[in-house]
Amino acid sequence: MIAMDISIHTSFLPHDDPDASAAFYRDVLGFEVRSDVGQGKMRWITVGPAGQPSTSILLAPPAVDPGITENERRTITEMMAKGTYGWILLATPDLDGVFEKVRASDTEVVQEPTEQPYGIRDCAFRDPAGNLVRIQELR
Amino acid sequence: MCLPAWGRARMTAQHLSDLARLRRVRDRIDREYAQPLNVEALARGAGMPPGHLSRQFRLAYGKSPYAYLTARRIERATALLLNGDLGVADIRRMVGCSSPDVFRTHFTELVGMPPRAYRHRAVDTVADMRPWVPEQAAKTAGLTGTRA
Repeated sequence: MIAMDISIHTSFLPHDDPDASAAFYRDVLGFEVRSDVGQGKMRWITVGPAGQPSTSILLAPPAVDPGITENERRTITEMMAKGTYGWILLATPDLDGVFEKVRASDTEVVQEPTEQPYGIRDCAFRDPAGNLVRIQELR
Repeated sequence: MCLPAWGRARMTAQHLSDLARLRRVRDRIDREYAQPLNVEALARGAGMPPGHLSRQFRLAYGKSPYAYLTARRIERATALLLNGDLGVADIRRMVGCSSPDVFRTHFTELVGMPPRAYRHRAVDTVADMRPWVPEQAAKTAGLTGTRA
């Protein structure tokens, strides 16, 4: 069998206010904006950590596939507002530094840095679209 | 044609901002479960009457804020019981439950056995015992309630 060479290239998170989401990932988490296409609410914004060009997050408008019904679209919008739709897990060696930066901004904190009994230390907060961003400490 | 559409858009925006307000209540429970929280304090923080908050929260999340808070505390307690040497009373206080009886009752209702039995079984079962997760138990537990 031939070994496959596949990397995880782009992950997706929905936005409902493209400018607010882009500002959050750029100004609070320090990501670079790699591309920004479309206009109005129909914006596709690629962001990612500086120095790691091979991994990106695409901030995209939710539920725009024409195969999605009106009911499904409403459900997705409601789940985003409820905070039960999008989430992502990030990691950093400096959890406390990142958390202080996040707390100093307007971000809604869900969990302060906590030592979990199952062997990791992590924190959690919301991005402007209500996605749960969980960050765990690399150690 | 325009006016009803505007009305609908306004209602949708209001509905979504109400849901976002409930999300902040839920996040506050996740953040502050270890403190002496109750529905009155949560309602005050959210700027809505307690009864209204409970009803809307249950509509959105399928259980009342009190049931969600309790499930969060018990979930955290199971994790602490599985790992570490803390006593049951210490763990109960750490997760924000002041009454031993209430803690024991809720724990037994949600997990299916009292805290001490849970820990003993964890010690006996050397194989991995995962912390109990509320969503998995939601179907069987009366406390979590049903979607209204």
